[in-house]
Amino acid sequence: MSNSPKTLFDKVWDSHVIRKIEDGPDVFFIDRHFIHEVTSPVAFLGLETRGIGVMFPERTFATADHNTPTINQHLPVEDALSANQLKQLATNSAKYGISHWGLGDPKNGIVHVVGPENGITLPGFTIVCGDSHTSTHGAFGAIAFGIGTSEVEMVLSSQCIMQPKPKKMRINVNGVLGKGVTPKDVALYIIAKLSTSGATGYFVEYAGDVFENMTMEGRMTVCNLSIEMGARGGMIAPDQTTFDYIEGRELAPKGADWDTQLAYWKTLKTDAGASFDEEITFNAADIEPMITYGTNPGMGMGISKHIPKATDVEGGVATYAKSLDYMGFSEDDAMIGKQVDYVFIGSCTNGRIEDFRAFASIVKGRKKADHVTAWVVPGSHIVEAQIKEEGILDILTEAGFVLRQPGCSACLAMNDDKIPAGKYAVSTSNRNFEGRQGPGSRTLLASPLVAAAAAVTGVVTDPRQFL
Amino acid sequence: MAYDSFSVLTSTAVPMPIENVDTDQIIPARFLKATERKGFGDNLFRDWRYDKNDQPKADFVLNNPTYSGKILVGGKNFGSGSSREHAAWAIYDYGFRCVVSSFFADIFRGNAINVGILPVQVSPEFLHQIFEAIEKDPKSELVVDLPAQTITISSTGASESFAINGYKKHNLLNGFDDIDYLQAMKSEIAAFAVNR
Ligand code: SF4
Repeated sequence: MSNSPKTLFDKVWDSHVIRKIEDGPDVFFIDRHFIHEVTSPVAFLGLETRGIGVMFPERTFATADHNTPTINQHLPVEDALSANQLKQLATNSAKYGISHWGLGDPKNGIVHVVGPENGITLPGFTIVCGDSHTSTHGAFGAIAFGIGTSEVEMVLSSQCIMQPKPKKMRINVNGVLGKGVTPKDVALYIIAKLSTSGATGYFVEYAGDVFENMTMEGRMTVCNLSIEMGARGGMIAPDQTTFDYIEGRELAPKGADWDTQLAYWKTLKTDAGASFDEEITFNAADIEPMITYGTNPGMGMGISKHIPKATDVEGGVATYAKSLDYMGFSEDDAMIGKQVDYVFIGSCTNGRIEDFRAFASIVKGRKKADHVTAWVVPGSHIVEAQIKEEGILDILTEAGFVLRQPGCSACLAMNDDKIPAGKYAVSTSNRNFEGRQGPGSRTLLASPLVAAAAAVTGVVTDPRQFL
Repeated sequence: MAYDSFSVLTSTAVPMPIENVDTDQIIPARFLKATERKGFGDNLFRDWRYDKNDQPKADFVLNNPTYSGKILVGGKNFGSGSSREHAAWAIYDYGFRCVVSSFFADIFRGNAINVGILPVQVSPEFLHQIFEAIEKDPKSELVVDLPAQTITISSTGASESFAINGYKKHNLLNGFDDIDYLQAMKSEIAAFAVNR
């Protein structure tokens, strides 16, 4: 055998390169393309201006999610600009023959939730979308990453983008996770260790016991957050857990096609002896439930700890001070006991059925704290239906929570779900940047368990006491 | 979209010595509702630039008449976060043609080049020298020479070279873009797609 050992990433990347440009990027073929209402209109406009069409409309899927309301979705969207973007998505999809799951469609939901749950996301695929959390789909052993609008136009018109091949990093987490430690905590822990630029220029493969033993939904949460450490994306080798998840989904391969694909998917793993540009290993036992205290996802810490001093963190002291000042926190503060005004559970990071099961496990038999406003937002209609079928809705209702309709919601607050200025929100989403959840909003990123504990106590609380 | 070609840019620069400037700051999500690529410059750094009542904040650099120019100089990890190309559009629409930093987030770097902004990555030491030079004299100019791949501080003469791949350089010099390139190889793409 002359073939040198390859990584999972190499196998998928190399099989999609149509042409290598000398001293330039690779011309890279895209199997699946997702679009939504916010980053696609200008791309379609570009096609019109150039007088070119969509090359493979059957490889693109459209869903409305970023600016959609999460109540009264049967009524016309009030905000005129949002309504216009939604209309354009529908018109452009119809014009070019692209599947479109608009507001109210049973398949509608957040793009990174509906792709996997409908069997569109498959191992070995290359997947892009004009949203940086496209990295979610890497959980299936796909190469998936976010792109800009110019690239959306490229994919529509040629099914390709121009990309230099990233470097490779492997992150291993071995051992067994402690009580109350979820995939979200694993990801926030890694980001806190690496910083938000620690994996820039790399594509990450996650390996080790922790990921092997993780459910598909947990793997999606981890891969989703790859972008927050600066990586273009993250992936996990497909295994029986992956195949079981995919089998039987609406658009997944069936019959003989399934058998052929499955045989190929089983080859998608890093060969022994394949090399990475960087390899890092963590110990599962060191991870506790996490929470962020600052204005980027790298500013996270174990929930029982104190906010680090500027002198103990890497980076500019002035930038650090600006961040804590925005949050209204001080160095060395404990996070436990801090006041919480809002709780948001949802988003493409933690808006799947397991997340609501986890949330319900703590709120069951308890009551929402009076002063807390809670937004409980399923990632899709399919998730919403599961919440109802499994009796989770009854648990939520009894505890004083209201279930909203699917969408990105307060993750980026393009609709009405905005955290008011100065208020504190414990959020299961992925970004705590200044104003991310509304101008002046202060975000504490955490897992569904931490969110649930905060929702019932009204302050930052270690969820382990409820488990 | 086609954009102006880029060759040698000599300009004063606007200093923003803040690290991890994310694209949510460059253009907040509530301004992403346009369906055309117009007018984003007005909302560049909206929440750092204006207060709640839409009054300019005097202490923010874009509101300080001392600093102006076509070059924006940012701290480490510029452009992190969301993939929104609107961030690059806003920077371009405001009038910047070049962003200098000691480190760029991946997606932002790609988006910038795709809209005709040159991202120039310099060493942390050189970045520091640029900030110092501007602090000393806000009128001190930077010369960004794309053909030679160098950036020079006029007042001190200090110079450093920067990297850019040959393909992207060619595009920027000529105002070409990737879509032109891909359109020309459609039959090759169609042949490849048959087996995928
Ligand atoms: S939930 Fe947030 S991160 Fe996910 S697709 Fe929507 S806006 Fe993007």
